[in-house]
Amino acid sequence: MYDAWKILVGLAIFVGLFTFAFWMNAGKAAPVPEVKIDTPEIKKMPEPERKCVEDKHFMRTTHMQLINDWRDMALREGNREYVNKRGEKYVVSLQNTCMKCHSNKKEFCDQCHNYTGVSPYCWDCHIEPKEEPKGNES
Amino acid sequence: MLGLPHRTERRAKRERVMSMNRRQFIKIAGLSTLFGLGGKGAFEILRPGMLDAAEHGHGAPALEEPAEPAIRWGMTIDVEKCAEPGVVDKCIKACHSVHNVPDFGDSKDQVKWLWQDDYEHTFAGNENQYMADHVKEFPFLCLCNHCDEPPCVRVCPTKATFRRPDGVVAMDYHRCIGCRFCMAACPFGARSFNWLDPRDALNEKEYNMEFPTRGRGVVEKCNFCVERLAKGLMPACVEAAPQALAFGNLADPDSNVRQILRKRPSMRRKLELGSEPSVFYLV
Ligand code: SF4
Ligand code: SF4
Repeated sequence: MYDAWKILVGLAIFVGLFTFAFWMNAGKAAPVPEVKIDTPEIKKMPEPERKCVEDKHFMRTTHMQLINDWRDMALREGNREYVNKRGEKYVVSLQNTCMKCHSNKKEFCDQCHNYTGVSPYCWDCHIEPKEEPKGNES
Repeated sequence: MLGLPHRTERRAKRERVMSMNRRQFIKIAGLSTLFGLGGKGAFEILRPGMLDAAEHGHGAPALEEPAEPAIRWGMTIDVEKCAEPGVVDKCIKACHSVHNVPDFGDSKDQVKWLWQDDYEHTFAGNENQYMADHVKEFPFLCLCNHCDEPPCVRVCPTKATFRRPDGVVAMDYHRCIGCRFCMAACPFGARSFNWLDPRDALNEKEYNMEFPTRGRGVVEKCNFCVERLAKGLMPACVEAAPQALAFGNLADPDSNVRQILRKRPSMRRKLELGSEPSVFYLV
């Protein structure tokens, strides 16, 4: 084989560059998302009734789909009332329902979204609640 | 050969099921060609109703006339009352602040849901030549007419703009791709394009936190305050000037707007285009 070493070196460089991202982050685990649900609005609810629109597991896995359905319900069907599995009624609105309780976008939404590397564009239009500086919670 | 009985059986079964089998079809087609008939017409003459039944399935009911809608939201604008000082500005301000409509202070980038224009422009093309002088001087409040036959909806390639069953021509900004076909189609200039990020021109402290803003690159317009209607409230402009504006159900002969329209002469914009505006100007 002619120029075997050139080819091998070239290959090694190529593979090295190609897998650069893995080398760079090797051994550095991304911090596990820390989701906070200690907003004033949530704290106002007494412990046993402290529930989201649907149960925790459903919200974790399916909130994006729920929000998608809500958009079509409110905009297309003009139906702004959601009845959950428990039979309770909620106003269909990201800003007026979801974000009223979860008023801490940075400590709530962004935590997992950043971890999983997704950047939903909800807040390009929907206004996120003003976050009060820490230690000033009332 | 072995499969034959099965095949025959199957065919016989199919023939029983189908309204017109292949044999009948070819017979009719051949016969009609002989007699110089052709196409669908032949079937209508030789086997009336048969083809339709085959096309639409058995006993398919004829298309029904769509029922009269129960609700068609509409508005009346008392032009004379709008001439009172401050009324027009108050309405515009109410609308634009509830809906986070930005003010770039520049007509090139202007975004507007509700605005003021003069008689000549509002009724361009069919202005009455010798209209009373005082009418010509009135300020006319303009907004999306929530047309009954909205041209903007017909041209939208993504169904981002659509007509709700209650007559409101609504927008789904999530779907708008900013092609601006609708702006070209709307004869009333009711739509604005977001050339810039609206948040640049909005004061964060004055946001209405209950309503979104729009993003750059979408078209926007008046939504007849659907978010307020859903809560049983009147549109923001009507609330700001109830003496001049009225809002109600045009489909109900006893509604407030219909009662007003029975008593007062009114005009609508560019009726000759057939878009059937739901906004009436009382003169
Ligand atoms: S006024 Fe313009 S934007 Fe409004 S419904 Fe009519 S055509 Fe569409
Ligand atoms: S600009 Fe948006 S709303 Fe208008 S026609 Fe295009 S997609 Fe539809």
